[in-house]
Amino acid sequence: MTPNLKYIEQISFGDIEFQKKIINTIKKEFPIEKEQYQENFKSKNYARLAMDVHKIKHKINIFGLNKSYEIAAEYETNLKNNSTTLSAEFDFILKTITSFLEKI
Amino acid sequence: MDCIIIDDESTAREIIKQLCSNQENINIVREFADAISAIKFLNENNIDLIFLDIHMPDFNGIDFIKTLKNPPQLILTTSDPNFAASAFEFDFIIDYLLKPIDMTRFQNAIARAENRLLIKPKDNTREKIFENQEKYLYVNINKGLKKINLNDILFIEAKGDYIIIVKEKERTIVHSSLKKILEVLPDIAFIQVHRSYIININHIVDIKDNGVNVVKNIIPIGRQYKSKLFQQLNLL
Repeated sequence: MTPNLKYIEQISFGDIEFQKKIINTIKKEFPIEKEQYQENFKSKNYARLAMDVHKIKHKINIFGLNKSYEIAAEYETNLKNNSTTLSAEFDFILKTITSFLEKI
Repeated sequence: MDCIIIDDESTAREIIKQLCSNQENINIVREFADAISAIKFLNENNIDLIFLDIHMPDFNGIDFIKTLKNPPQLILTTSDPNFAASAFEFDFIIDYLLKPIDMTRFQNAIARAENRLLIKPKDNTREKIFENQEKYLYVNINKGLKKINLNDILFIEAKGDYIIIVKEKERTIVHSSLKKILEVLPDIAFIQVHRSYIININHIVDIKDNGVNVVKNIIPIGRQYKSKLFQQLNLL
């Protein structure tokens, strides 16, 4: 599924400045969250990883990636149980969002 | 309403600010990326409503809630749909909103907050509010909110850590206390008549001996509550 800006457009009520602002905020925040996730993944800090995924989940949903959101939610649960099952799928979601943010 | 936002995610804070910007009577006083800074602020400032993210590192939303001595109204924001049940353990939590926040749900939550603000009068306008605006009560039940028409309530009974809200054909069990529900009920209609009972005086059929007949339910009148009850009745 392709990320989209429908939610941002909807809550902007046509306010282009807000749209720019929120996209810039996500562009700043998402790479930090991704990096933090990757660092915690290396150190196998499962509790922190679950928090990282939880936070990123919000952005997945903002971009209308419903199926990806479900994967992330399941992955978060796995991490709470000290399992990294679905990590590859989650990495793919991160890549998808990263490339989307580079384009917009 | 003066509000603050507590969320470690700046994107989430921006979204809430945007949603608030399209609501009348909402003034975002401050925003906080961590709960500890908000505690300091709340110790020195009065506000009406907090938007609180539950999942924050180190000191999460629940930790924060437990520090509140005189909590204002609180709307939880979370990306976890399973969180609703525990959210409603606290009666000052009026709603929880799943991220990304849906506009309609947001508007409903704000309406609820405004209603609650009206029903907790700073002056003695409770009766007017009951007559004109607030005719419903929302209770936390089955991981959600249930709307109860105040006029339909016959009486409320305390049972341990729970209260039973009794209507003619329905009983609703809620994790709360008589003291808490009495705070939000209009005192023109509801009065405590026993340590375990609040009644709706509009449904009194008769009073005999030490019991009130509320539509075939005989409710005992406690000695200490008797005079207040009779003061409130329209006696000849």
